[in-house]
Amino acid sequence: MNTRARGPNLLQENVGVLKSRMGTFYPGSHVIFRGYDLHKDLKDMDWVELYVFGITGRRFTREQLRLLHSIWTCTSYPDVRLWNNRVAGLAGSSRSTGTLGLAAALAVSEASIYGQGSAMRAMDFLIRTLRQVDEGGDLEGCIRQELELHRSVSGYGRPLVNADERIEPLLTLAKSLGLDQGPYLRLALAVEEKLLAGRWRMKMNYAALITALGADIGLTTREFYLFMFPLFLGGMPPCFIEASDRPEGTLYRAACSDILYEGQPERPWRRAGLS
Amino acid sequence: METIHTRIWQEEAEPDNPFATRVAYCRGYDVYGEMLGQARWVEMLYLLFREEAPTAAQADLLEALAVALANPGPRDASVHAAMCGGVCGSTAASTLMAALAVGAGQLAGGHEVFLAMEGWAACGTNLDAWRKRLGGLEAIPGSIWPTPEHPPGFDPHGISTATSVKQTLAGLVSYNSGAHLAWLQQNLPALEAAAGYPLAMSGVAAAALADLGFTPEQGEMLHLLLRLPGAAAHALEQHPLGYKKFPFGTVELESESAGGQA
Repeated sequence: MNTRARGPNLLQENVGVLKSRMGTFYPGSHVIFRGYDLHKDLKDMDWVELYVFGITGRRFTREQLRLLHSIWTCTSYPDVRLWNNRVAGLAGSSRSTGTLGLAAALAVSEASIYGQGSAMRAMDFLIRTLRQVDEGGDLEGCIRQELELHRSVSGYGRPLVNADERIEPLLTLAKSLGLDQGPYLRLALAVEEKLLAGRWRMKMNYAALITALGADIGLTTREFYLFMFPLFLGGMPPCFIEASDRPEGTLYRAACSDILYEGQPERPWRRAGLS
Repeated sequence: METIHTRIWQEEAEPDNPFATRVAYCRGYDVYGEMLGQARWVEMLYLLFREEAPTAAQADLLEALAVALANPGPRDASVHAAMCGGVCGSTAASTLMAALAVGAGQLAGGHEVFLAMEGWAACGTNLDAWRKRLGGLEAIPGSIWPTPEHPPGFDPHGISTATSVKQTLAGLVSYNSGAHLAWLQQNLPALEAAAGYPLAMSGVAAAALADLGFTPEQGEMLHLLLRLPGAAAHALEQHPLGYKKFPFGTVELESESAGGQA
């Protein structure tokens, strides 16, 4: 694409033309995936390996792929109370399709207080802070600045509880794979130490851990963001299935009296007042 | 059972069934007993988002905006996405989800309206403030949204203001239901010069939604909702036509450098 063209000329240049460096398929023949024959060159890749290759165009070591697998599996909880899982469950209870339920559940995982929103802020914080520290900045000063700006440090603290059961198993795995010595993970742990020692009492949460590990294996923010897409998927089908197997419409059912109304009192519809 | 807190909706149950609705009130108005048959669709829409019912002029403005946004047309990316569902027989909901996902973005989509409405909230009708804002695009660090590539509310591929945009702006201004639309119309040349691009439909929508008193969050939601009818209709239309009559295209492969080790 000629990026120098502007306005309708740019659009006209792209009418009917699909230029791609990523790939295409030749019906009945073969498929090119980022320059490789999918069914020959890449036939031995497993799903995660192909997925991150599709995102990055790069190959990863067996250890890195093992860690990436576990970043997904460590947070696949079949608990229908979790807000994204609940969407899958409600789709099952309402007798919608599994695909619709799971797709919507994944989409709402891009939330502000958890999921992609939280992780991207955490990754941005770690990248900015490491740069500042490398340039001679003081870590505690960076944390204070972050707290002053945002009243929180992304990646630390957690909705519901201030502890994260996913940290220990993933850290243990990272250590066993020799992937626990990267600068971002060291920074993430150092930030936690500072936050625990101070009056803030915030522990590192999963967002800080996984974005640190992702950054340490060379993923950019956008690459890690896309890698995160199926992060919670493993726990969602069980929620859909269980709700589908129970009587329809019984999940999170509320009676009329379960609505606590806090709005305007009963009043007549004032049609005349509108004209 | 934990309760659901709301200022919007209240229900009274039938005597024989706590789950069956006898009366439902929206902001205090009896929906099925009184509003139904008297209230317009746009009045109900407005009431759901705001504490009070709209004035007649506000209802007229919202209805006119809804007409303007109802169908971005089959060239629009969100409608194209819906047609991709329709043409292959995907589920109805997935076609609308496709339209929402694509129509949510920062090019003619919901988030562009959100950002443009943030501009109205920050700059109001202060031309100097707008000039400063339009002169520099700001990325939000750590945001899930991509860095904006053009000033929100303006058409990065435009040469001059499209007639459809000018007609919509003029039409909506005529309802005299707020300061933003009229000011936008009066200052359009200066704003377009500051932005470097002509006004887009999303910019008109943002001003109209601001005139109606909606927050940027509410405006984003309404923009997403109001553009769905065209997506639905075009998706349904494509289904019987089938994929053979729908653009597919030919890919020209460009060289991809060999994959390396991370």
